[in-house]
Amino acid sequence: MSVLELHYDVPGDDFTRAGEASSAIKNKLKQIGIAPDIIRNVAIATYEGEINMVIHANGGTIDATVDANAIALVLKDTGAGIPDVELAMQEGYTTAQEHIRALGFGAGMGLPNMRRYTDEFELKSEVGKGTEVRMKVYIKK
Amino acid sequence: MKVKDLVQKTNCEVINEGDFEREVGSVYCCDLLSWVMGRAPADSAWFTVMGNMNAIAVAVLADISAVILVEGAAVDQPAIAKAIQQNINILRTNKTAFEAALQVHECIN
Repeated sequence: MSVLELHYDVPGDDFTRAGEASSAIKNKLKQIGIAPDIIRNVAIATYEGEINMVIHANGGTIDATVDANAIALVLKDTGAGIPDVELAMQEGYTTAQEHIRALGFGAGMGLPNMRRYTDEFELKSEVGKGTEVRMKVYIKK
Repeated sequence: MKVKDLVQKTNCEVINEGDFEREVGSVYCCDLLSWVMGRAPADSAWFTVMGNMNAIAVAVLADISAVILVEGAAVDQPAIAKAIQQNINILRTNKTAFEAALQVHECIN
C-alpha cells in the first residue's frame, strides 16, 4: 500500500533551481513523520541525482513512492547516457567541466553517494538514450 | 552549543540569521559539494569558501546547522535569498577554515 506518491520534473542546465525537487521531497517526508535520519538519506540520494541530471542530462524526472516499508525513488533522464557505469561509480571519477567544478560540483561523489545512502541501488544506462536509477531507502530495517 | 552561542563566542559576522536555536554537534571543513553532501555529519557547523546557492542547497539537504564562510569569502545575493527562504544560518569569519573550525571544536568539547 503506497501512502504517498510524488512526481517532479527537473529542469536542465539550471543550477539556480537544482535542489528544489529534493527539498520538496524532504519537506513532504517530514510532514508525514518519517524519521530525520531516513529523510537525510533520501535527500542526499535525490539531490545527487538531481544535480547529475542538471549537469549531464538536460534535466529529467524524479518519482518518489512511500509505503509502510520504504521510500522508493526512480530517477529518469533522456540524456547522453553513461558509457562505462563501473568507472562512473568509482569515487572521485568525474566528467564535469571546469565551469561546473568552479561551482563546487564535480567531486566524483554523486553516484557513489547515491549508492552509499540507499539500501537498494540499481542503475541502467544506455548511451544516446538516457539513464534510469532506482533506489530504495528502508523505513523499517 | 547552539548557533547563537557560537556567534557570541567566535564573534562571527552574521550574514543570515536562520534558526539560531539549532544545536551544533560537530565541525566539518570542505569545499567540494558532493563530498560535503556525503560526509558532513548532520547538525555540523560547515566551514567553506563556497558562498553560492548550491552550497545553501547542500546545507538544507544535509541538515547542516550553520554555513560559516571562512577567510572573508564572498557570498552572492541568490545564496542569501535562498538562505532566508530556507531558514539557513550563514556566518562569516576572516579566520582560515582550520583556525575557525578549531575554535568551534574547542567550544563544543
